[in-house]
Amino acid sequence: MSTVTETGTGDAAQPVATGEAFHAALDGGPARPPRPSAAAASLAFTWRAMLKIKHVPEQLFDVTAFPVLMTLMFTYLFGGALAGSTAEYLDYLLPGIMAMSVVMTTMYTGVSVKTDMEKGVFDRFRTLPIWRPSVMVGYLLGDAFRYAMACVVILTVGLVLGYRPGGGAAGALAGMGLLILFAFAFSWLWTYLALLLRSEKSVMGVSMMLLFPLSFLSNILVDPATMPGWLQGFVDVNPVTRVVAAVRGLMGGEPVAGDLLWVAVACALLVGVFGTLTMRAYNRK
Amino acid sequence: MGLAIETTGLVKTFGAQRAVDGIDLAVPAGTVYGVLGPNGAGKTTTVRMLATLLRPDAGRALVLGHDVVREAAAVRDLVSLTGQYASVDEDLTGEENLVLLCRLLGHRTPAARERAAQLLEVFGLTGAARRQVKNYSGGMRRRLDIAASIVSTPELLFLDEPTTGLDPRSRNQVWDIVRAVVARGTTVVLTTQYLDEADQLADRIAVIDAGRVVAEGTPGELKSSVGAGTVAVRLRDPEQREAARAVLATALGTPVRAAADPLALTARTPPGGAAGPAARALAELSAAGITVDEFALGQPSLDEVFLALTDRKEASAA
Repeated sequence: MSTVTETGTGDAAQPVATGEAFHAALDGGPARPPRPSAAAASLAFTWRAMLKIKHVPEQLFDVTAFPVLMTLMFTYLFGGALAGSTAEYLDYLLPGIMAMSVVMTTMYTGVSVKTDMEKGVFDRFRTLPIWRPSVMVGYLLGDAFRYAMACVVILTVGLVLGYRPGGGAAGALAGMGLLILFAFAFSWLWTYLALLLRSEKSVMGVSMMLLFPLSFLSNILVDPATMPGWLQGFVDVNPVTRVVAAVRGLMGGEPVAGDLLWVAVACALLVGVFGTLTMRAYNRK
Repeated sequence: MGLAIETTGLVKTFGAQRAVDGIDLAVPAGTVYGVLGPNGAGKTTTVRMLATLLRPDAGRALVLGHDVVREAAAVRDLVSLTGQYASVDEDLTGEENLVLLCRLLGHRTPAARERAAQLLEVFGLTGAARRQVKNYSGGMRRRLDIAASIVSTPELLFLDEPTTGLDPRSRNQVWDIVRAVVARGTTVVLTTQYLDEADQLADRIAVIDAGRVVAEGTPGELKSSVGAGTVAVRLRDPEQREAARAVLATALGTPVRAAADPLALTARTPPGGAAGPAARALAELSAAGITVDEFALGQPSLDEVFLALTDRKEASAA
C-alpha cells in the first residue's frame, strides 16, 4: 500500500459526503446511457494514451532524440563510403531511416500493453460493456501519434541537412501516412505477443530479436544489389523492404503501384491475423 | 426477493491447485453479501469469475439472471468491480480517471466532466482531482476506485477486499459509502478477511476456506452455530493467566481458551443460562486473588466463529 498519508496533502479536511449529497450524487448519476460506439470507446482509450504521454513526456525520447541520432549517425557514417557524398546518400537513406525508426518504435506498444495489463485497471476495462478491441485500438492510435512525431522529426532533420523530397510536400505526406498505417497494422503483432508472453522483459527480448534482422537486413541502409545472393533472398521477402520501397517511391515522387498494393495487402493481413489472435487471447485471459 | 447471484458447483483450477473447489452461492438482491476467508481461500478467484474476468472450469454462475460465460456482455452491462489492487490508472489524475470511465460508459465529454466533478466532490477528492493517482494515499485511491465503480449506478457491485491496508478513518469512510450504495438498491458482494467488516456490513456471509464454502448464514446464525455465548476475561497480570484459566474451567465447566493477547481468556458459556455460572466464576477469580480488568458476557465474536469454522484454532491459540 501507499506510504503517502493524507496528512499534508491539503484535502485531509475535505470530508466524504455520505449524507444527502451522496444520495443525490448516486441519483444524479444519469441512467446508463447507451453503450458507446466502437469508435467512441476507441477514442476514449486513445485519449487515455495521449494523457499518459502528457504526464510522462520523457517517453517521447524514442520518437524525438533517438531518430535525430539515427539520422545523423547513419548519414555521416555511411554517406561518404556508400554514395560518394552525404547529400546523395541522404536522398536514399531518409525514407529508410524513417521507416527504421518507426518500425523499431512499434515494439514499445507491446511493452506498454504488457506493463498495463499487470495492473488492476485492466480488470476494470475488461468488465466494461464496451467493444472489446477498443482498449487495444486506443493504444495503437495513441502510438500512431508517436510514429507521426518520429516522421516529422526525421523529415525536419533531413530538410535541415539538405534533403528535398522529389514528390514534394504531398509525396512526403503520403509516404509518412503509408508508413504510419503500416506501423499501426504491424503493432498488432506486439499486442499479441504481449498477451502471450509472461513478462515485460520477454516481450522486449522477442521484439528486439525480430526487429533487428527485419530492419538491418533490408534495403534501408544499403542497396541490396551489393549483398550476397542468399542475403538478397531474405531482403527480398522482408516486409520492411517492401514498405521502404513504397515509402521511397511516394516521397521520391515515383510511386510504384506494385509496392503500394503489397503494403495494403500486408496491412490487411497483419490486422486480420494478429488482430484476431490478440482479441482471442484478450478474451481468454 | 430475487437472487442477484446463483452459482452451482463453481470450480477454477490453476495447474494442480483447485483455487475454487465447488462453490455454491445464493446472494439475495439488494443486500450486502460478505465473502469471508483467509488469504488464498479463493475469494478473489470467485469474484473474478462472477465479474466475467475468469472463465470457470466447471459449474455454473448466474449473475442477475445471466450466465457469466454465455452472456458475459449482458453481465458486464449490469455490474461494476473494484478490484483488490486499485482498478484505476495510476498515471492519470483522479479527474481524468473518472472522465475516462464516464466516456467509456457512453457519456459525452461535457456530461462526463460534470459527472466526474460531482463524484469527486462527494468522495472528498476535489482537492486532489488534478493530481496523479500514484500520489494518492491508500484511502483516497480506494475512494476514487469506488467512485469509478458507481459512475453509472450498477445493479451489482463487487468490492474485493475494499479496506485491506486502510487506516481506521478511511475504513469507516468506505463502510459509509457501501451503506449508502446499498441503500440505493444496489447489491454488494464484498470479500474481506476482516470479521468485523463482515459483521458491520453484511446481511449474509459465506465463509470460504480452501476453495469451499464452510458455512453460510446471517452473522447471528453463524455466531450461534458455534455456541450459545462466551465469557471474555481480561486480567491485569499475565503471570496469573494459568491460575485464572483453571478457576474459570472449574466454575464454568467448559474449555477455556487462551487468546493471542497474553492477558485474555475466553470460554463458552455452559448450556442452560450463562449468568449464574459467570457470576460464580467472577466471584471465584476474585477469591483466588486474581485481578480482573474486564469481564464480559456476550455472543461469540465472528473471529471465534471464523477460527472454529476454518479449523485454525490451534494456530491462533499458540
